[in-house]
Amino acid sequence: MSAPSRPVSGGLLDPKQLVASLPDAVRKLDPRGMVRNPVMFVVEVGALLTTAFAIRSPSVFAWVITVWLWLTVLFAALSEAVAEGRGKAQAETLRRTKTATTARRLVDWRPGAATGASEEVPEEEVPAAELRLGDHVVVEAGQIIPGDGDVVEGVASVDESAITGESAPVIRESGGDRSAVTGGTKVLSDRIVVKITSRPGETFIDRMIALVEGAARQKTPNEIALNILLASLTIVFLLAVVTLQPFALYARAEQSIVVLAALVVALIPTTIGALLSAIGIAGMDRLVQRNVLALSGRAVEAAGDVNTLLLDKTGTITFGNRQAAEFLPVGGTPVEELADAAQLSSLADETPEGRSVVVLAKETYGLRARDEGELGEAQFVPFTAQTRMSGVNIGGRQVRKGAASAVADWVAGHGGRSGTDARTVVDRISQEGGTPLVVAERDGDQQRGAARVLGVIHLKDVVKHGMRERFEELRRMGIRTVMITGDNPLTARAIADEAGVDDFLAEATPEDKMALIRREQANGKLVAMTGDGTNDAPALAQADVGVAMNTGTSAAKEAGNMVDLDSDPTKLIEIVEIGKQLLITRGALTTFSIANDVAKYFAIIPAMFAVVYPGLEKLNVMRLHSPTSAIASAIIFNALIIVALIPLALRGVRYRPSSAAGLLGRNLRIYGLGGLVLPFLGIKLIDLVVQFIPGLR
Amino acid sequence: MSGTLAGWLQILALVAALALSYRPLGDAIAHVLTTPRHLRVERLVYRLVGVNGDADQRWSAYLRGVLAFSAVSVLFLYGFLRLQNLLPLSLGRPPMPADQSFNTAASFVTNTNWQSYAGESTLGHLVQMAGLAVQNFVSAAVGISVVAALIRGFTRKETDRVGNFWVDLTRITLRILLPLAFVFAIVLVAGGVIQNLHGAESIPTIAGGHQSLTGGPVASQEVIKELGTNGGGFYNANSSHPFENPNAFTNWLEIYLLLAIAFALPRTFGRMAGDHRQGYAIVAVMALIWAASVAIVTVDELHSVSSRAGHAAGAMTEGKEQRFGVWASALFAASTTLTSTGAIDSAHDSYSPFGGGMTIFNMMLGEIAPGGTGSGLYGILVLAVIAVFVAGLMVGRTPEYLGKKLRGREMKFASLYILTTPTVVLAGAALAMARPGERAGMLNPGPHGFSEVLYAFTSAGNNNGSAFAGLSVDTTWYNTALGLAMLFGRFLPMVFILALAGSLAGQAPVPVTAGTLPTHRPLFVGLLTGVVLIVVGLTYFPALSLGPLAEGLQ
Repeated sequence: MSAPSRPVSGGLLDPKQLVASLPDAVRKLDPRGMVRNPVMFVVEVGALLTTAFAIRSPSVFAWVITVWLWLTVLFAALSEAVAEGRGKAQAETLRRTKTATTARRLVDWRPGAATGASEEVPEEEVPAAELRLGDHVVVEAGQIIPGDGDVVEGVASVDESAITGESAPVIRESGGDRSAVTGGTKVLSDRIVVKITSRPGETFIDRMIALVEGAARQKTPNEIALNILLASLTIVFLLAVVTLQPFALYARAEQSIVVLAALVVALIPTTIGALLSAIGIAGMDRLVQRNVLALSGRAVEAAGDVNTLLLDKTGTITFGNRQAAEFLPVGGTPVEELADAAQLSSLADETPEGRSVVVLAKETYGLRARDEGELGEAQFVPFTAQTRMSGVNIGGRQVRKGAASAVADWVAGHGGRSGTDARTVVDRISQEGGTPLVVAERDGDQQRGAARVLGVIHLKDVVKHGMRERFEELRRMGIRTVMITGDNPLTARAIADEAGVDDFLAEATPEDKMALIRREQANGKLVAMTGDGTNDAPALAQADVGVAMNTGTSAAKEAGNMVDLDSDPTKLIEIVEIGKQLLITRGALTTFSIANDVAKYFAIIPAMFAVVYPGLEKLNVMRLHSPTSAIASAIIFNALIIVALIPLALRGVRYRPSSAAGLLGRNLRIYGLGGLVLPFLGIKLIDLVVQFIPGLR
Repeated sequence: MSGTLAGWLQILALVAALALSYRPLGDAIAHVLTTPRHLRVERLVYRLVGVNGDADQRWSAYLRGVLAFSAVSVLFLYGFLRLQNLLPLSLGRPPMPADQSFNTAASFVTNTNWQSYAGESTLGHLVQMAGLAVQNFVSAAVGISVVAALIRGFTRKETDRVGNFWVDLTRITLRILLPLAFVFAIVLVAGGVIQNLHGAESIPTIAGGHQSLTGGPVASQEVIKELGTNGGGFYNANSSHPFENPNAFTNWLEIYLLLAIAFALPRTFGRMAGDHRQGYAIVAVMALIWAASVAIVTVDELHSVSSRAGHAAGAMTEGKEQRFGVWASALFAASTTLTSTGAIDSAHDSYSPFGGGMTIFNMMLGEIAPGGTGSGLYGILVLAVIAVFVAGLMVGRTPEYLGKKLRGREMKFASLYILTTPTVVLAGAALAMARPGERAGMLNPGPHGFSEVLYAFTSAGNNNGSAFAGLSVDTTWYNTALGLAMLFGRFLPMVFILALAGSLAGQAPVPVTAGTLPTHRPLFVGLLTGVVLIVVGLTYFPALSLGPLAEGLQ
């Protein structure tokens, strides 16, 4: 799990990437592709017009504007190419795993039929690309699994590093929740029979390649809505400029096509228009970098809108197993003695609970874990389901720890009596949702001495560090968290209170989960959840954002709209942040883009008309050198700001979880006010330089 | 009492009166729009029209109602004007020419009330009362009906019904406009506005000449002219005529009347949305822009003296009535251009370049502060949708306004809405400026002449109806072009508003959380004001720079 409140960020922009992406960018200048982006299409048409004009009646000014209009289009294409380029490298690695795998297809395989050495099940070698749905293939150690599927026979350790980047092998076995295998991964040991569940060309790896390359990219709902707004702003400003010519003619200030094109380009929202698709690609890429595969951009946006997070307790909120939290001595036993006994009784206990007792004894009371050799003739008593106790006999001394009733029986059976104070402690821990382990001892020096209870170990689910703060943050963002657990309501409440979640669903069945999701959605809320089991699949499909764990079944992966390759349920929170960041980046750059217009007006309008109406020179508040240098400066600023903002578009606007009002205030200050002021400075600075270009006066 | 003190008192009294009527008037309209009860007379109307008053309509049916009713109104009014010589009380006036009749019919049905004729010398009393005044009522009611449908789009959930046009139209007319008009007509009569059926009377003047004065049912026309933000005067001189607007009190009252409903509608919005703070935020934006505009026009008229007459008087008094003075005239001018009323009590053509430019800019803002009856609120709500969209993205969620998500469909209609008026205004003005014959209609050279043409199309496209004067517009071309500009500027936006209403009504609302963009705080008020000024204002900046700005920055 990442540290709480780590800001979402992406990789940095490498200048080499810019150069490497240039050829792709040039290819993107094709008007047939450009027409999908109305803003940049208008710029390209403007550039074509000014080129024609500059060729017919060349001037330094006309050529400067022409070149910079072309650069504006190029920079827009470049931003997209760079964003795509980052996925390309990843796609290349993935593609390598795909090359020419052959599959050993089993002809007429039936469950239970002996395979392999037996000749009853003939097999044939076919290229992986020819596998069909429902085919059965056999894969042995050292071979590559030819396609996505479920293990239907056998168990094997599989190296999935090609997909997850995680080198530790994982176990895949038939039946249960660990049966899914992915094409392109490698079997390290044993042999398995896999039933193919995906068509060639539609495998997980194929989809991954398409995703990271951006080939499968479709515009998301918010992107479409924003595009509509940008298109209409473009039309409005186009209209404002086209109708200007008759007015200008009347004022005897006819404008050249170069100036009009420059005015249009300066006014239409080129900054956001140029960066819009790069922002979308980069948003998906940020997820990929966190090893999350979103199967649609729509899901990423939905993540930003989520109102309710359903989080599994185990593994997400808690570490997933109970740990010793406290030693509670009874009957006047010193706590050190209890800790010592507890540690002795747990030395041979390899369960996580047992190890946590040793850790607690060491951390709290400085008791070093002793080797078995140090203890002389120590005889360890392992835990069994019958005795429900474990312990150790050292010489005549017997130490036991275990379930309260089992230890009480043992104590009673050895002439001792467990006092009421022990029972009180046990009951209290149970009520708090913890698990009590009672420690008892029988002294060996007096062979017939009675056993006595030393105290109780308090085992409990330990909430991961920082979760409380995380949920605080989510609450500030307006997101409600619901903990899902199979525990009884008592235990669930205790953990829920400790972790600070808003609500919990105890003794949850898949049906309960489904009902909860439906209930939330009926109230207009968007729900996100994680899951891995086949019984999670319906809920994953119903949730607006369903993140399937890569370790999960193929049914779960099919049902969800994201797959987390690290299988880390906590990542849901990061996914929400990335979704929000994506939208914020678009909104912020739109605001910036529109606010920019004010300064450009002050640069261009006096430049156009101060000749006929000298009073308009008062609008030249930036004191720009000359009309031509003013227009050129505005256009150059307009183009350069695109390049300057590419890193921001790729990285995303800095996002810190806070309330909507706080976010709006902050972003309005930076991108609204900044967008208003910055171009005044930028255009003035550029003007100070371009005025020295001969021919621009 | 000094002019300054009187000016301040008028403004403060106006603000106080508007604040006082905000709640009762807004609540009353909300009640009328939501109660299930019909009055007996209303049932009669529904039976006559043949509609079921209890059945709500889809947005498309609602729109068909609006368009059909308006089309019939245009045809009826056109026929009325063409045949007025055959009707009683015609005062012997000949029929109006075809192009002018079209222009006038379009003008009154669209709540514009652009007048290319002089009322007292062109029209008989029956046309004024049964033709124009009726449209003054119903065109205002149509505007309120359409915004009612939009509000229902926000407040209803998962339905395709946005209300019943015929019910809204009838109720607004009968329960709101008629009673108010009746009461205030009497107040106006008490204030000295005439109300009779006299024809032209010849009166000997002090200087020994003769003057022909036409009487008429003025007070009854006057009250709905202001209340319904119509603005079409009984007399050519409009509210600067002493029979329409005899003194400072009636002048003040007329300003109040033309602002009252538009400023109270945000209350209706807040009440129907179940959150009065939403209404306060909208009215705050309206008030902010209105106050700024009043301040700019007043200061300009008092201090940026540019004409020779102005220098002599120490303020821009040319074209202003002595009985009102600069303060009241500026207040009237700013209010009438910000409300799509278009009544005038002074000649905007004679204003200082910036003061006059401000009246153009006021209209260019799209008649939203507070705008026309109904049209003002739906105009600002569309801009709020745009503002919420951009701001909503900035808080990292799919933007939502009053719990309704703003997605592609909603943005399409909102975008088309904000596209329409600038297209009509700029294309119309550009066409006029490209035609030598139409350019000749300007009475002034240079940038001021251009301002006159720009003003005419801005006024028509935004359904304001006020005239800068100084442009001869009674030509076939101007009558036709401006008539079309009024029709397009009125009904295309209504199509998009109702489509937006339908789209919103179909949605299930999203619950409000801490992650929801608050649309009732000062921050949002500031944002919306910024969007209005930048998105709408910037569209016209190049055109303005060649007119008022070029003139004012000499």
